[in-house]
Amino acid sequence: MTHRILTIVSLLLLSLTWCASIAEGQSIQPTIQRVQQRMVKVFGAGGIRRLHAYSTGFVVSRQGYVATVWSHVLDTEELTVVLADGRKIRAKVLGAEPQLDLAVLELQDKELDLPAWDLEADVSDAGPGTRVLGFSNMFRVATGDEMVSVLHGVVAAKAPLATRRGAFESSYEGTAFIVDAVTNNPGAGGGVLVTRAGRLLGMIGKELRNSETNTWVNYAVPISELKQPIQQIIAGKYRARQRDPDETNAVARFRPLEFGIVLVPDVLFRTPAFIDGVQPGSAAARAGLQPDDLILFINGDLVQSCRVFKQSLGRIDAGTVLKLTVRRGDKLLPVELPVPDTPEAPDTPETPKKPEKPATAGDTK
Amino acid sequence: MRLLRRLLRRLLRRVRPLVVDRDWLLGSRAWLVVLVALAVLPRASFAVDPAVLAAEAKRIGVASRLATSVVAIFSRGGRGGGSGVLISPDGYALTNFHVTRGAGTFMKCGLSDGQLYDAVIVGIDPTGDVALIKLLGRDDFPHATLGDSDTLKVGDWTFAMGNPFLLATDFQPTVTYGIVSGLHRYQYPAGTILEYTDCIQIDTSINPGNSGGPLFSAGGQLMGINGRGSFEKRGRVNSGAGYAISINQIKLFMDHLRSGRVVDHATLGATVTTREDGAVVVDGILDESEAYRRGLREGDEIISFGGRSVRSVNQFKNILGIYPKGWKLPLVFRREQVRTETLLRLRALHRASELTGSPKPKPKPGGKPKPKPKPRPGGKPRPATRKRPPVAKPPEKYKHLYVKKRGFANYYFNQQEQKRVLSRMSRLGDFSGAAGAWVLAGKTAAGDAFRLTVADVGVGLSWKQKAYFQELDKASEPLDEPKGSGGLLYAMHMWRSFLAKREKGFGEFFYLGSEPLDGVGARVDVMISELGNVRCRWYFDRKQGRLLGFDSQRVEETDECEVRFSGDIDLDGRHWPRTIRVSSAGGVLASFGVETVTMKAGAAQ
Repeated sequence: MTHRILTIVSLLLLSLTWCASIAEGQSIQPTIQRVQQRMVKVFGAGGIRRLHAYSTGFVVSRQGYVATVWSHVLDTEELTVVLADGRKIRAKVLGAEPQLDLAVLELQDKELDLPAWDLEADVSDAGPGTRVLGFSNMFRVATGDEMVSVLHGVVAAKAPLATRRGAFESSYEGTAFIVDAVTNNPGAGGGVLVTRAGRLLGMIGKELRNSETNTWVNYAVPISELKQPIQQIIAGKYRARQRDPDETNAVARFRPLEFGIVLVPDVLFRTPAFIDGVQPGSAAARAGLQPDDLILFINGDLVQSCRVFKQSLGRIDAGTVLKLTVRRGDKLLPVELPVPDTPEAPDTPETPKKPEKPATAGDTK
Repeated sequence: MRLLRRLLRRLLRRVRPLVVDRDWLLGSRAWLVVLVALAVLPRASFAVDPAVLAAEAKRIGVASRLATSVVAIFSRGGRGGGSGVLISPDGYALTNFHVTRGAGTFMKCGLSDGQLYDAVIVGIDPTGDVALIKLLGRDDFPHATLGDSDTLKVGDWTFAMGNPFLLATDFQPTVTYGIVSGLHRYQYPAGTILEYTDCIQIDTSINPGNSGGPLFSAGGQLMGINGRGSFEKRGRVNSGAGYAISINQIKLFMDHLRSGRVVDHATLGATVTTREDGAVVVDGILDESEAYRRGLREGDEIISFGGRSVRSVNQFKNILGIYPKGWKLPLVFRREQVRTETLLRLRALHRASELTGSPKPKPKPGGKPKPKPKPRPGGKPRPATRKRPPVAKPPEKYKHLYVKKRGFANYYFNQQEQKRVLSRMSRLGDFSGAAGAWVLAGKTAAGDAFRLTVADVGVGLSWKQKAYFQELDKASEPLDEPKGSGGLLYAMHMWRSFLAKREKGFGEFFYLGSEPLDGVGARVDVMISELGNVRCRWYFDRKQGRLLGFDSQRVEETDECEVRFSGDIDLDGRHWPRTIRVSSAGGVLASFGVETVTMKAGAAQ
């Protein structure tokens, strides 16, 4: 036992000294120049309230495929990608893997021959202590042919984000690089984390805030997780991942639509659970719920977001009574709805105006 | 030992699943094992690469050397503050305008020697968020060396120093170390007239209280003044994007700041937008602007400005934003296939009241007008206290170092600069007794004879078989005589007034700062005179203090009469120019070669 601890201690010390010694005196300018040529700025939906309408992407094929973070920014027909040289090109979402927060864009220009990342040769892996650089269009500081921002830092850990789910409300659950630099800023999603030698480590994810401590985690999704989906989406062979069966059941027990409730599009990391619409003749309509009501409590539990509401709904038992408290104007109203004995599809499944996230995307083409 | 023990305990907590009996491990026997193991482990594995140690030693050396020039600024009320950096042995220091704004005219400044010094405001640039102050009581202050911020590259290491969160009560600056994240960044004004143009973006930690502090290169040269960060929603603390005003911008403003004035930035009088094909084109222009008079129109494509090519609206704003109002910049534009090169004097960005009054957002004439500013990283690291402290009484010893005057941050410093420039004028000779008419005669470069008479009652010129006259009684308006000269005759009257009466010949007279002569020449000292509507800019050689020429503007928004002197005629101890070159509206009117100078008592004809 003691030996194992000693080994850990000595390995740790060894790796620290080694990392430091190779990093000093090495110019990072060639890396920066090379990486910046392979980065793009993505402009799309948003711009209202505190939603930014921009993010970052990286070119994964010379013909103009761009990997980026799956977010509300892509939820538009008017998606524009600005290349490192300032060229503005229309883009469309070729495919996405919401569970990985990954989307692949296809640039609408057939003549492209861009500097691109080689997902076989340019990638690497790294452990704690590795010095890294983050590249992103954070805060939309760069426009036109201005280069994206560069941050420096150290990989603090390579650990599963899933352990922090709940606190951080992340849809990605796998292993992530946690870094000590403030890489995950507004618009930084879709940026890259690279080694000082310019090897691609991961894609900077969306901003994640711990709702309990109001702290933010800075992380990147390892490229090893993304490589295959990216390549398959480009090849047109991708099938979105299945959630694990337990969770699928748990979440799918009841859905808002089964009560006739249409929620507002879930675009924020904590979208307030506003009712967007109530289906005529539904249980919600009978109970007197109205559009613009804000759901505050479900069976006595605080509802912080659309997602929390859906999760809570997924857990309620059949045949019970669903007790909601909604805010209408400045009034709090208690509402009760009967929960059906067995979950069944509503009579006329009216799709919400905006799909929050396509359940399975990526198999277009 | 206790520390080691604590470390080990922490480590053990991490590897708990591996440990069967934690207490046993902390017991004496285990300790022995660990110590032995540490001794036995090969030494080489702990040896640090000498290059790393050398880099570390260098970094520490630079940081401790630089720390002496860093200033912790406090309002005299003792509440609130920021940072600054000394740039001269006599105590001039740079900081942010938003640090001095709440601090009053006199401040208290702490240096790393632990001493507290009095300081007085010198000049402010509210738009660029820069202020110049002067620390008092020494003439051997440690100070920073100004670098060339254009040599910075993305990825370069930088030090930021200052007093974040006003942590240092012993005035030892806090040092943060990071890289340049981006260059030539443009930051929209955030609710105030503050605008960061062509600035340096860093991931070096910038927090409230860092405002006004220096950004140094790894080699220890002053590269910028830290003043802003992208603080969106994580509280007002570092979020990985700080911004520094480039020292190269500040250098352009330095003499303006030393003038004790409230200095302004500039606009072209035209707004630009990006066309579909990426070209930057004019989408609005003021009819009364010089740009309009030189032929710039809506739809014209801007090719270069200030010697830098323009490929985006941000770039245009970046170029414009680093220059003081009144500088001349070359502009190259294109309409259809015709390329035009011209030299334009930049207009004031603000009205005087906007600079001295409450900071309110103003529609920007500098770039494309936007109905709603885009959500941009906003906010600057404010001084830790937002409340305006009560204005404390100036220290008795130094109160003569502040003179209040409208349009000036501290008129005292303008008086000093006026004295400096004018004292060297005496070398031209004493013109004060030369009250009569001055007659200058000779030939122009084109070979035409001329005779210029400047007297109290009027100015006359006979040239090319024509006679021109400017009356000078109280009711007479300054005329554009000869036509298209911008008012040469009245300009000659101004010249005579200046030589004979100096500042007493004018309503207003002050030191402006320095600028390159005619936009491209060497830097010259500039004095401004105002008499009625007529405003003159006087240019002085910085080495010898020679009067190189002046521009006289009869009425606002009209082309100036530009008079340049060269050569020297020594006449009874008075020095006259041998050549007087006159230009206006971008063209040369004539170059008058002076052959004889006579001074007559009595009136001119």
